[in-house]
Amino acid sequence: MTREAPRAAGVRDIAVVAFAQTDHRRTSEEISEVEMLMPVLHEVMESTGLKTADIDFTCSGSSDYLAGRAFSFTLALDGVGAWPPISESHVEMDGAWALYEAWVKLRTGDADTALVYSYGKSSPGSVRDVLTRQLDPYYVAPLWPDSVALAALQAQALIDAGTADEPALAAVGARSRADAAANSHAQPRGPVPQGDYLVRPLRTGDCPPIGDGAAAVVLAAGERARDLCERPAWIRGIDHRIEAHGIGVRDLTDSPSTRLAAERAGAYERPVDTAELHAPFSSQEVILREVLGLDDGVRVNPSGGALAANPIMAAGLIRIGEAAARIHRGESDRALAHATSGPCLQQNLVAVLEGDPR
Amino acid sequence: MSAILTAPLTVEFPFTRSVGPVQSAFLTGLREQVLLGVRTGDGRVLVPPVEYDPVTAEEIRDLVEVAPTGTVTTWAWNHEPRRGQPLATPFAWVLVKLDGADTALLHALDAPGPDSVRTGARVRVRWAEERSGAITDIACFEPYDGEPVEPAGHTGEFADAITGIVAPARLDYTYSPGRAQTGYINALGGRRIVGERCPSCRKVYVPPRGACPTCGVATAEQVEVGPGGTVTTFCIVNIKAKNLDIEVPYVYAHIALDGAGLALHGRIAGIPYDQVRMGLRVEPVWTEGSRYPDHYRPTGEPDADYETYRETL
Repeated sequence: MTREAPRAAGVRDIAVVAFAQTDHRRTSEEISEVEMLMPVLHEVMESTGLKTADIDFTCSGSSDYLAGRAFSFTLALDGVGAWPPISESHVEMDGAWALYEAWVKLRTGDADTALVYSYGKSSPGSVRDVLTRQLDPYYVAPLWPDSVALAALQAQALIDAGTADEPALAAVGARSRADAAANSHAQPRGPVPQGDYLVRPLRTGDCPPIGDGAAAVVLAAGERARDLCERPAWIRGIDHRIEAHGIGVRDLTDSPSTRLAAERAGAYERPVDTAELHAPFSSQEVILREVLGLDDGVRVNPSGGALAANPIMAAGLIRIGEAAARIHRGESDRALAHATSGPCLQQNLVAVLEGDPR
Repeated sequence: MSAILTAPLTVEFPFTRSVGPVQSAFLTGLREQVLLGVRTGDGRVLVPPVEYDPVTAEEIRDLVEVAPTGTVTTWAWNHEPRRGQPLATPFAWVLVKLDGADTALLHALDAPGPDSVRTGARVRVRWAEERSGAITDIACFEPYDGEPVEPAGHTGEFADAITGIVAPARLDYTYSPGRAQTGYINALGGRRIVGERCPSCRKVYVPPRGACPTCGVATAEQVEVGPGGTVTTFCIVNIKAKNLDIEVPYVYAHIALDGAGLALHGRIAGIPYDQVRMGLRVEPVWTEGSRYPDHYRPTGEPDADYETYRETL
């Protein structure tokens, strides 16, 4: 089901035909979630010329824990225009997983078009504390290990294994922020000091900025995609895998779930020219590059990646959107997009996108 | 435009969780200063133990006692401990492979500074003085340079095993309702009720949320509605809510304020509960110091025609 799509009769090709994102900012208290989201929804709809009534399926990703309110996603639905009634679904995950659900829906033939969006405002709370609530509630969460602490354990494991050292990690952060200078949506743009230790061995420069943001993508199947977009970004394969929740059970220097997802998505069959990796911490990019076999010939995170903008719940969907947008613009022919969720790369999604041959 | 309102918001909940047989044995063991793991089908010992093999997903129940001494497999220096973390003074987060275990346990290591910690360091458990059967029964780890401590071979069976834990969770937020609802709340302070008109369908939403849910477009034009309104539908409440000093039965109603495109809800008073009806004309009653109407009462006007409020039902 999730293997690279065979070009057999009856199997529908599905493409990303539009992508939009907000300018990601440290705080956006003057606007509600739906006010933050609406311009992005309007932008993807306008770029395809579609109206709400033309969208067969809508799927979103967000988290009540960020908002501090139950069923917070229902308010964001106001921005979609859900009357007359629409077919809608929500995942309490990054929007990349909402996109996966929409992709399945399109593959079944139940829908020809889908709107996928996700958003997160980290500014109202303390995201390091909020993320502890996704941990094992019996053995781990009562100790309140925050997201930076867990990533730091992984970074130290990498250093002990001789795979990276602190300067190598700093170089990842520096390259990301330098690339982000060309991305008007990014939060820190251009050089950022490596900073002090947040949790050693990770410095502020190894960690993602905390911010608010939203993203939206339109998917379409077959000829519909060609109607809506000059150069659709065809999803040639997409897969996601998860590892044991106990981080003491896993080899933190490796990411077998990424490897398996990439294999099932067909990522190893031919080289990619671009990779958008959802690596909120510099050490995680080192692991992902190794696992995915990305050499220096691959353009990694030209957007600046999650080290330049990491709106929780949207950052993974943005990776797919950024990869697709490069194909739309003719800057890439075959791109890999990756999204992660959970501590220390626990869950990973890989998509392979291609443009039509030129 | 006036400044956006903000207010502290604390979400706090004591999560009461039941435990299965394996977690019960492990957590009860902590209370009794016994460390237990579970053996998988291929002979590995997992500490902390889980009920299903992470590789094969088979149920596993074979409990094994391991030592309170172990080896650090990775660490991270936490110079600024956060609320709820095991130690209030700077410490190292550590993954510790206890002697006899094949996997590592996450906890804190009490050490003088980052230079005194390394992967491979030997450590031992420091027990909390008061223990209840929770992961926090391990106060932390501490450096240890002695011989490994031999476990006594405990079976994992306890006379009064725990069956659950209470895990308090607290998150603090600064809530902001955003532009549209700030306008609504500020107007209420002046005993006015305002909505926002959709530029597309012209409906007036109250309370406004900044978007028209029908058209999916932003709303901005502020419109004052009421104060009079019409009961569109209602129910009679016969059960007294905790901490509520309103006598039952009372009436809770949907009220379409004049000029509003949809109804909001409120309590109806000043009329016997069994005389409230659809079409009844009402107005808000503000009590001293209140930032919102306490209830709505009849205006004495003739009932509204059904046709005038059917769209807001």
